[in-house]
Amino acid sequence: MIKVKNLHKSFDGTEVLKGINTSFEPGQTSLIIGQSGSGKTVFLKCLLGLHKPTKGDIYFNDKTYNDFTKTKKSLLRKNMGMVFQGGALFDSMTVYENVMFPLRMFTKMTKAEMDNRVTEVLDRVNLSNANDKFPSEISGGMQKRVSIARAIVNKPKFLFCDEPNSGLDPNTATIIDQLILEITKENNITTVVNTHDMNSVFEIGEKIVYLQGGIIEWEGNNKIIHNADNKDLISFVYSSNLFKKVRVAQQKGY
Amino acid sequence: MNYIESIGQYFMMLGDLFKKMTKGSVLRRLIIQEINDLMTNSLGIVVFISFFIGAVVSIQMALNLSNPLIPKSLIGYAARQSIILEFAPTFISIIMAGKVGSFITSSIGTMRVTEQIDALEVMGINSLNYLVFPKIIAMLFYPFLIAVSMFIGIIGAYLAAVIGGFLSSEAFLTGMQQDFIPFQVAYAFIKTFVFAFILATVPSFHGYYMKGGALEVGRASTTSFVWTSVIIIVANYVITQILLS
Ligand SMILES: Nc1ncnc2c1ncn2[C@@H]1O[C@H](COP(=O)(O)OP(=O)(O)O)[C@@H](O)[C@H]1O
Ligand SMILES: [Mg+2]
Repeated sequence: MIKVKNLHKSFDGTEVLKGINTSFEPGQTSLIIGQSGSGKTVFLKCLLGLHKPTKGDIYFNDKTYNDFTKTKKSLLRKNMGMVFQGGALFDSMTVYENVMFPLRMFTKMTKAEMDNRVTEVLDRVNLSNANDKFPSEISGGMQKRVSIARAIVNKPKFLFCDEPNSGLDPNTATIIDQLILEITKENNITTVVNTHDMNSVFEIGEKIVYLQGGIIEWEGNNKIIHNADNKDLISFVYSSNLFKKVRVAQQKGY
Repeated sequence: MNYIESIGQYFMMLGDLFKKMTKGSVLRRLIIQEINDLMTNSLGIVVFISFFIGAVVSIQMALNLSNPLIPKSLIGYAARQSIILEFAPTFISIIMAGKVGSFITSSIGTMRVTEQIDALEVMGINSLNYLVFPKIIAMLFYPFLIAVSMFIGIIGAYLAAVIGGFLSSEAFLTGMQQDFIPFQVAYAFIKTFVFAFILATVPSFHGYYMKGGALEVGRASTTSFVWTSVIIIVANYVITQILLS
């Protein structure tokens, strides 16, 4: 469970986030949607502790970074997994080494235990024949899978994904979305996903937060989004002709 | 960003990079990798350049020593002095600012723009320690590289002088051993250590704090080369002033 209270973030006087209040539940995929440049990545990086908020607090199971001691903070870090927009795989390591990396850094597992766990998660993301390839040698969709595998290998309680299906073909994007949804359910993870992909909104939006102009303009889920009366949200979500038709159908109750 | 701010940020980086050490077993692999990338892979070019610079230095000396009253052995002496005191430690370090320096800046810079550094930080790793500390340790082997450069340079000087028929082998060797002052070798290696530290940290700084994309990585490498060379030249002047005068 993550709670965000009055979160502000500015860079050199320009305010990007202007007071965000929301919360994210375990076992649920929560989506942050909004146009490019609306501050989704900045918000996620604040949650991750990569950006220090200018004002406001973020609570992880009722504790904020501020009340954590150093060791507690690194413990929290070890409970977080992150899938970066470009994958952020280490290019100097093979697929297998990338996934094993968090285990080697932070656990006292034996080599055999690590091998088991790495094989297990690589199987989980349906990627078992690319172990010795380097990130530059595999496709974008495969890189995303490796990145997800690396994020979950240490069994995190919090999973963050920055546009996990940008740059992927629709088919692969759907597979990645489903993977994130399933993993969240299986392990009761609190998952927060940034996206501007409307497919994801309808497929996995168990909670949806619409970010616009540095504040949350609308909050809800994929079941009620077609009834939203926020103009910006409607023009954002239903901008394409296809989705305009989807909305009409949804409102008719299909 | 203004210079004062950058200098401050550089020294803060030096402070931060020794905090929260990376796990020993991981660190050991990183250091071995860096020794390979930074040192072993530079051996070829260092040998090549040192040999020919040594040769040219001694030919120049020979051609300019036309006064019959000055003993020919001076060629050996002058070649030794210029190679040990300047050509090996300083000139090779400038070459390394181009080779090792731009490699460091572009590899760390690429990790920055592709969010690999953020990925390390998210895991709770001190990315500065993880990335820069192994490079500093690897650069502790730099004096070895410079010793090789001195040795090869003097061989180049000897061969060029003797094969070129400027003086006899005995005369060169006599000159080479003349007025040998051990402190001058110490001076050369003290500055080599300082240059090694500059070569490891200044390019790292330029890569680590860069912003932007692939184009900026290229730009950062160029800026890094310029600054690393400038700092080496200035440090060389300061160290020489302090130690030798
Ligand atoms: N490190 C930074 N320094 C200054 N400005 C930044 C930084 N990161 C993001 N911004 C600004 O914050 C705004 C939101 O960016 P971002 O969160 O990346 O948007 P997106 O919703 O597309 O992920 C942009 O205007 C961007 O220029
Ligand atoms: Mg973004």
